Amino acid sequence: MSYIKIKRPKFSILDKVYVVELVKGLCITLKHLVLSLLGKTPAKKEFNGKGVGACMPFPEQRWDDRMPEYYRGAPTLVRGEDGRERCVSCQLCEFICPARAITVTPGEVSPESGCQKQEKAPREFEIDMLRCIYCGMCQEVCPEQAIFLSKEYLITMTDRKNAVRNKETLYRLGGTRKGLVNKWNQYK
Amino acid sequence: MSSIPAILPKDAAAAEGKVNVQINGTWYRFPKGTRIVDACNSVGAHVPTFCYHPKLSIVGSCRMCLVEQGMPPRLAPGAAPTYDENGYQPISWMPRAVIACANTVGENMGIRTNSKMTEEARKGVLEFLLTNHPLDCPICDQAGECKLQEYTADYGRGTHRFTEAKTKKGKNLSIGPRVNLDQERCVLCRRCVRFMKEIVGEEVLGVVNRGTHNAISCYPGTTLDSNYSMNTVDLCPVGALTSKDFRFRMRVWFLKSTPTIDVNCGTGTNINIWTRESKVYRITPRQNDEVNSCWMPDSHRLNYKYINAPERILTPLVKTDTKAPQRPATWDSALNLVVEQLHKCAPTETAIVASARMTNEELYMVRALARQLGITKLDIVSRKGAGDNMLVSEDRNPNTNGVKMILGKTGTGLNAIRRGVRNGTVRFVIALGEDLTSPEAGFTKEDLEGLDYLLTIHHSENETTRMSDVVLPGVTFAEKYGTMINVAGRIQRLNKAIEPMGEAHSDWAIFRDVSERLGCDCVKVIACPTPMMVLEEMAQEFEPMKGLTWGNIGNEGKVILNTGVTIPLIERTKAKN
Repeated sequence: MSYIKIKRPKFSILDKVYVVELVKGLCITLKHLVLSLLGKTPAKKEFNGKGVGACMPFPEQRWDDRMPEYYRGAPTLVRGEDGRERCVSCQLCEFICPARAITVTPGEVSPESGCQKQEKAPREFEIDMLRCIYCGMCQEVCPEQAIFLSKEYLITMTDRKNAVRNKETLYRLGGTRKGLVNKWNQYK
Repeated sequence: MSSIPAILPKDAAAAEGKVNVQINGTWYRFPKGTRIVDACNSVGAHVPTFCYHPKLSIVGSCRMCLVEQGMPPRLAPGAAPTYDENGYQPISWMPRAVIACANTVGENMGIRTNSKMTEEARKGVLEFLLTNHPLDCPICDQAGECKLQEYTADYGRGTHRFTEAKTKKGKNLSIGPRVNLDQERCVLCRRCVRFMKEIVGEEVLGVVNRGTHNAISCYPGTTLDSNYSMNTVDLCPVGALTSKDFRFRMRVWFLKSTPTIDVNCGTGTNINIWTRESKVYRITPRQNDEVNSCWMPDSHRLNYKYINAPERILTPLVKTDTKAPQRPATWDSALNLVVEQLHKCAPTETAIVASARMTNEELYMVRALARQLGITKLDIVSRKGAGDNMLVSEDRNPNTNGVKMILGKTGTGLNAIRRGVRNGTVRFVIALGEDLTSPEAGFTKEDLEGLDYLLTIHHSENETTRMSDVVLPGVTFAEKYGTMINVAGRIQRLNKAIEPMGEAHSDWAIFRDVSERLGCDCVKVIACPTPMMVLEEMAQEFEPMKGLTWGNIGNEGKVILNTGVTIPLIERTKAKN
């Protein structure tokens, strides 16, 4: 198999003593301190900030639209454009999950799914949100592009049983996703 | 010129009936007639194979085992061979690769399994095998133990050069009651075809169509319904033949395999139990050339469902009054109650029905218990069935020879116990690991109702446990250590694959605890912490077991008795070689 060797950057002595990076970090802090003392905190207007600094009134106001593309929130299961369940319950996510949050019960695909070629689908798919560490390994390992980390970060529950999300919940949260590879076509 | 040894290696090897072979630059000696693939594998130079199987005939159809090979140069007429300082002739390497499975080693042969040519040959073969192979790994049950997957990791290109559409064949075809066929995944090694023809003797499978449309299929009007059909699933190096029972149950990389033995008949087939956490998912045969070769019957393979069934008894059950319903109890109170009740039973009116499904260690403890109580009415339930002239023995009990050796019983005394129960001379019965209402035991429900006291030790709920005054939960064969002696007199080990369900205890430990509470003062019995220690005690007492320890029995077992019984399939295999 063709392996790709990753080239790691070589560190100079200056990098290794990291004092420069420390000073750089302190400068950012200082910049914000000066800005807030001058009453020029970023997004002050958005938050109706008064006087020194600004405070975001969460949860009435949120920064959801400013979240980066790569934000790792709760994992969800997705359907393809054709509405097909993408997960084939290969259990690689269960295997890779470092927190053992995922439990998959494999089974035959249901006759009404419309894609008998796929043969296999999860009978139950559970993610324990108390165990999940949002590392995104499940998304990375998935050979079927079926599990994706959403931007959902408000995960609260009243007891431990509610913390386990079942297949139905995960598909509801995941919705459909466009532009995925349709592997189970007639040419496969 | 360098000196040549006085005795040439070829002569020294010929005196032992061997030949000198150079593998990857090192010289080895192998017996004449050894296959190149076996020779290479035995010295750690792994040769990838699909179609080769040591128990089947050679077809050389997959071409995966190509290696570079060379022989001494053919001499011109009158020329004398030259030898180097170690006495070997120079090797002239052949410009093409040869298959390692269909060729045997020869004197002064050279083999390279790690050369550029070998590597390129394997890469080429693998690329052809993959041209039509579907991308089914995520849904294929073989993934994780698939030869094609492994070799693709070693020799695959990572990208596909074959841009044409893949050949379409049948998928998810049912070719038998227990086996599914996926023709697209097949690499046409024909192991299954040869197995059915050579080992089972039923020519059910064959290859149909030509060229790229080649496919495994059943002959018209037949199905793969032999009792040995699931061995084709084990044989299949890819996921073409898959088990219906194991289909989509669990990925194999989650499973832990434990080497142990089968308990469905006297053959004592060597098996691996595949478990995850406390659940058994499948059973596969384990190679033992003296017991079961590489095979096992489907009927035995699929008889594991009772281990995780809801009928399992998880706690001790006691009846506080004759007519009261059973209720769960703690071990301590249940054992105390048992001891109290056993003290009330007159030994002459008490009978023990033991089981030949118990291990030797358990039987030894049963004997100690019987002696402690002074009970002489003791026997087992014998089970006979038709042998299939393959691996299924006529004796359907796995440890009849152990019972014979330890208790000295053969099941003939059961009739007397049954008569005693019916005419009232036996009023108390201790049933150990047997359902007395089963047809083999022959007791009726009325017989059991007439008893004054019935104590049962069993792993699952049945008619007998429902009528018992006290039920102590034992364990199944997957949950305990122990030894059994098969029909051919071979002692073999049972290994614990999973922890006992619920609060169940190993049967031997239950007998030990009961004996101890009954006031047994024999240190050998009450102080035993493990079944391995029981085995050592037995090794001192029984002549055939002399010198046996848990360690030296090994995974293959040891012949300790000469019973004169043979296993038909093994005899046939030996006769063939």
